[in-house]
Amino acid sequence: MELNNPKAKRITWWQKNQIKISPWIFLAPGLIFFSIYVIAPIFVSIGISFYQWDGLSPSIYVGLQNYIELLDDEYFYISLWNNLKWLIFFMLAVPIGLGLAIFLNQIVFGIRLIKSLFFFPFVISQVVIGLIFTWFYQPNYGVIAPFLNFIGLEGFSILANENTATYGIIFAGLYPQIAYCLILYLTGLNNINPEQIEAGRMDGAKGFHLFWNIVLPQLRHATFLAIVVTVIGALRSFDMVAIMTQGGPYGYSNVLAYYMFEQALSEYGYRMGYGSAIATVLFTIMMFYILFFIYRMYRNEREDNN
Amino acid sequence: MFPTPIHQRPIVNQYIYKIFLPISLIIWLIPIFGILMTSIRGLGDITAGNMWGTPSEFLLFSNLYDVFTNTPMIKYTLNSFKVTIPTMLGAVALSCMTGFALANYKFRTNLIIFFIFIAGNFVPFQILMIPVRDLTFKIGLYNTITGLVLFHVAFQTGFCTLFMRNFIKALPQELIEAARMDGASEFRIFWKIILPLTRPAIAALCVLIFTFIWNDYFWATVLIQGDHAMPITAGLKSLNGQWITAYHLLSTGSIVAAIPPVIMFFLMQKHFIAGLTLGATKG
Repeated sequence: MELNNPKAKRITWWQKNQIKISPWIFLAPGLIFFSIYVIAPIFVSIGISFYQWDGLSPSIYVGLQNYIELLDDEYFYISLWNNLKWLIFFMLAVPIGLGLAIFLNQIVFGIRLIKSLFFFPFVISQVVIGLIFTWFYQPNYGVIAPFLNFIGLEGFSILANENTATYGIIFAGLYPQIAYCLILYLTGLNNINPEQIEAGRMDGAKGFHLFWNIVLPQLRHATFLAIVVTVIGALRSFDMVAIMTQGGPYGYSNVLAYYMFEQALSEYGYRMGYGSAIATVLFTIMMFYILFFIYRMYRNEREDNN
Repeated sequence: MFPTPIHQRPIVNQYIYKIFLPISLIIWLIPIFGILMTSIRGLGDITAGNMWGTPSEFLLFSNLYDVFTNTPMIKYTLNSFKVTIPTMLGAVALSCMTGFALANYKFRTNLIIFFIFIAGNFVPFQILMIPVRDLTFKIGLYNTITGLVLFHVAFQTGFCTLFMRNFIKALPQELIEAARMDGASEFRIFWKIILPLTRPAIAALCVLIFTFIWNDYFWATVLIQGDHAMPITAGLKSLNGQWITAYHLLSTGSIVAAIPPVIMFFLMQKHFIAGLTLGATKG
């Protein structure tokens, strides 16, 4: 009798399968959205990189043509090389952030406010930071003009010189990035196990020895996060370049992220296929770091479950 | 504690530290002082090269007036709020659900889906740019705030899911088990038990997303063209082109653009920092 009652049957079916179905109901909106706007576009972009397309007229399949052109493109190499400079010099944010964190990890009057003021640059838009530093670097009106005069480089424009422009931008980029690493390390120092430090001190560990052998290993997680966000920041560097030099002079401060934009979507042309090829190269480089990050998370998950 | 607390050090070191601390802060904030000082100057000081001396006139209010009346700055600021707040709400709402699903249920593709969210969150924007712009065109939302918000919500869901999932996973499982024993539905567990407990995580995500989206420049340039929908970062950039050497106005505009996230940061600093470290202290 009960089985023939459709209402009772439906309730039991739902009760039986609730645990199985519920996760998908909760996941659906986020997952669908994310797939449409983030996951699918990755594959679409890679697809477009095999076409010649101006965004309006029908696209033409050209196979590997865009990639072959890249291999011969002087500006592509300049951008790639600049990305490497970004990766290397942007990493300075990690040790500097750590040093500052150690310097600030004290309890004195007003330290909380001082710490917040040190975090400050991270909260401000990169557009604003870029504008400030562009103005700093102005050869005649800029803040560093007196300094340049002092060392005999009167009227020298850092951002207009092909040898110095990239370093000028990286230096500006370091300002918020150091603040970011500082935040990560201050939290890390806060979470250090005080007993281990005391035990180390009992054993006579001091200064650098104590730092290197006992403190730094405990800051592993902070270091890992700092490196990940710094690498990603370096490879994503777009805002600063767009604001400060737009890749100039003559593309010498370009990076892949900005070069891609310039090729695909600016007054220089609407070469969607070629832009996608550049984006695919950048994506491939980034993928190494992403996989590394995911591998680590996977390892942590497995440890948690055991 | 590391390093050794300063008050356990010789008195001389304590004094040196207390002198160096404010000096280092001042050096660190030079760029910020730079724009603050410049925002109160007039054009006269700028062309005379008086960057660091005392301003010859106090013109902050006149500069503010100029910026607000002669440029679409008010419009830009409003647009930024219209983009930022819905994105914040949307991404947090979606990720509460995805985070709950991934933290609470065991199913075969759980970790794979979780990793997809993480990986997507880190990809370079350029690999998404052309298809996203194209899609936004096709659904008729190019050059609209809605179009920008939709993308931001989707993208930020990646980071928020990572955060929420870890947070919910760290909550005591017994609570959920007990509720299930009592016959509570899964939706009820989510709404009545999990959501109230995730309040700190929601707060952290809100401040972070607010800051990220407020400061976004790339997507604002890709998806928006006209002043009517342009947020403040892109607006400032376009004003930069018009002002050229009007650094006093540029500085004033920059300060206007920086104020909302700075206030947000000072009000919710604890949550902000917890969010940045992914709320995780283990490693």
